[in-house]
Amino acid sequence: MENERWILPDGIEEVLPPEAGVIERKRRELLDLYHSWGYEFVIPPFVDFLDSLLTGTGSDLDLQTFKLTDQLSGRMMGVRADITPQAARMDAHHFSSEEPNRLCYLGTVLHTRSDGFAGTRSPLQIGAELYGHAGVESDIEILRLMMKTLEMTGVQNVYLDLGHVGIFKGLARQAGLKKHQEAALFDVLQRKALPEINELLHTFELDESHAAMLSKLAELNGDGALAEAAEALQAADEPVREALAYLTKMAEQIAVWLPNVPVHFDLAELRGYHFHTGVVFAAFVPERGKEIARGGRYDHIGKVFGRARPATGFSTDLKTLMLMADQERDILDEPAIFAPWSGDLVLQEKITFLRAAGRRVICALPGQQGGAREMGCSEVLRLDGDSWELHPV
Amino acid sequence: MKSMKFDVPVTIALSKGRIFKQSLPLLAYAGIEPLDDPETSRKLILDTNHEQVKLVIIRATDVPTYVQYGAADLGVAGKDVLLEHGGEGLYEPLDLKIARCRMMTAGFKDAVADRPGRLRVATKYVKSAQRYYASLGQQVEIIKLYGSMELAPIVGLADLIVDLVESGNTLKANGLVPLEHIADISSRLIINKAAWKMKHATMMSLKEAMAEVVERDAAGERRPDQA
Repeated sequence: MENERWILPDGIEEVLPPEAGVIERKRRELLDLYHSWGYEFVIPPFVDFLDSLLTGTGSDLDLQTFKLTDQLSGRMMGVRADITPQAARMDAHHFSSEEPNRLCYLGTVLHTRSDGFAGTRSPLQIGAELYGHAGVESDIEILRLMMKTLEMTGVQNVYLDLGHVGIFKGLARQAGLKKHQEAALFDVLQRKALPEINELLHTFELDESHAAMLSKLAELNGDGALAEAAEALQAADEPVREALAYLTKMAEQIAVWLPNVPVHFDLAELRGYHFHTGVVFAAFVPERGKEIARGGRYDHIGKVFGRARPATGFSTDLKTLMLMADQERDILDEPAIFAPWSGDLVLQEKITFLRAAGRRVICALPGQQGGAREMGCSEVLRLDGDSWELHPV
Repeated sequence: MKSMKFDVPVTIALSKGRIFKQSLPLLAYAGIEPLDDPETSRKLILDTNHEQVKLVIIRATDVPTYVQYGAADLGVAGKDVLLEHGGEGLYEPLDLKIARCRMMTAGFKDAVADRPGRLRVATKYVKSAQRYYASLGQQVEIIKLYGSMELAPIVGLADLIVDLVESGNTLKANGLVPLEHIADISSRLIINKAAWKMKHATMMSLKEAMAEVVERDAAGERRPDQA
């Protein structure tokens, strides 16, 4: 045990230079990007009361949340496992305008269990949310911002995966599925386990056309999925057909705004089913089984906080993105300058001048063994007559 | 036999033995033939007649993990393994109807009647056993073992075992009998989520080819088990 004090908990990582520097630089660039699109930065708290954190999110997030007791109030608190509900609460409670509201955030979240490859439990969540507009236009804006985020972090070969939770919700309601039946079917649908899907549907004893549509759902994916769905779900009621029309409109708009991005439709992909209310999307890259960014519509979650508003947004983990991206370490390898330790005011002025001009100046400390080379510097400050000048190492 | 073209790299995860043998006719129908035999070769990655297609030969319980994390695009895994793995992050669209058997409880004939208190159940399939007894409303002690489950009741380590039963001969030879049926087991085609989306056309035609073999065999021409 004594020798293992340095070990970190599973899925909790420390980030060292130069990666930490790259992440920090990207963080600034991304927040500046969101700023330039009109998204205002918010800083939600790291811990929060549990009932507020888990509003409308279902049991998945509940299991993912670390809990502790607030010794002041006796109430349960949670360390946030997702920032989106906190942003929704801010919009509902603190902003009263009916105009569209754009918020962005960045912060560490904590998960009880890792849900990705390499298994981090402390993602650095960054995201943007748009409140107050119901329609394809705001979803497209969020989608474009998500793609721009991936582009700026250097992630390449991105595929978009698009679905709509309203289709399964609508079909389940139309077929009269009970809650536990819907949950069981949801589970096998997520795995596209066709044998189990059909077995379950058989035991439910549904109307034949309802069962056929639910069974077909697992196969409605790929390029032609929307056209196929229009045919296969003819007997579906109005909300399902509206959801399909919405997706079709999204597809048209994506072709306009993101013409070079490959899009895959999947009507059985129900990521964040309990939280989302409409279109859902995710970004994938080759050789990685799990999505690297995701988002979608979650209208009216703010209702319990005072205001029901349409809402859409995306989020991603900045640490994961940096792993995927072509590393841009060189941006940090700007040559540093080594300065001797001296009380000389002229030298101090020169150092202040160089630093103000954006150069890195590292001062030697008395008794230090190594010199410029050991400190990774490419230039040194040396006294030439009565002025301090830069010399290559 | 289909003559498929592979314009993207495809990695297929299989386990040695029964699943490998019975998967061969399915792959052959899709036009894929390994160039080495895993029983004699020490290679872990087998080349095939298609340059783009590789087979990785791994332990059965590792197949879902490889596919989930994208180390392989698709694989063949027994339902028993998938039940233990949880199946999260994978698609399992097709029952290949190969490597079939049953998951059952087994023990001495009067094992259950004899014992007061909680039953002790020895198994490799901890999650399946827990789920099964929970569904019966019964609290049991699960003892995790890695093999030779039949020994546990004989030496008094457990009252019952949960295991796969094919012919029941091993049980019989040890004086045990199969008791309750938990699930029918067969192998599934499993596909990585990203591969499903990004190599959609290739994945779908592979799936379709295999589905055709399964259907043809179901129609009674020839079972791959008997090949």
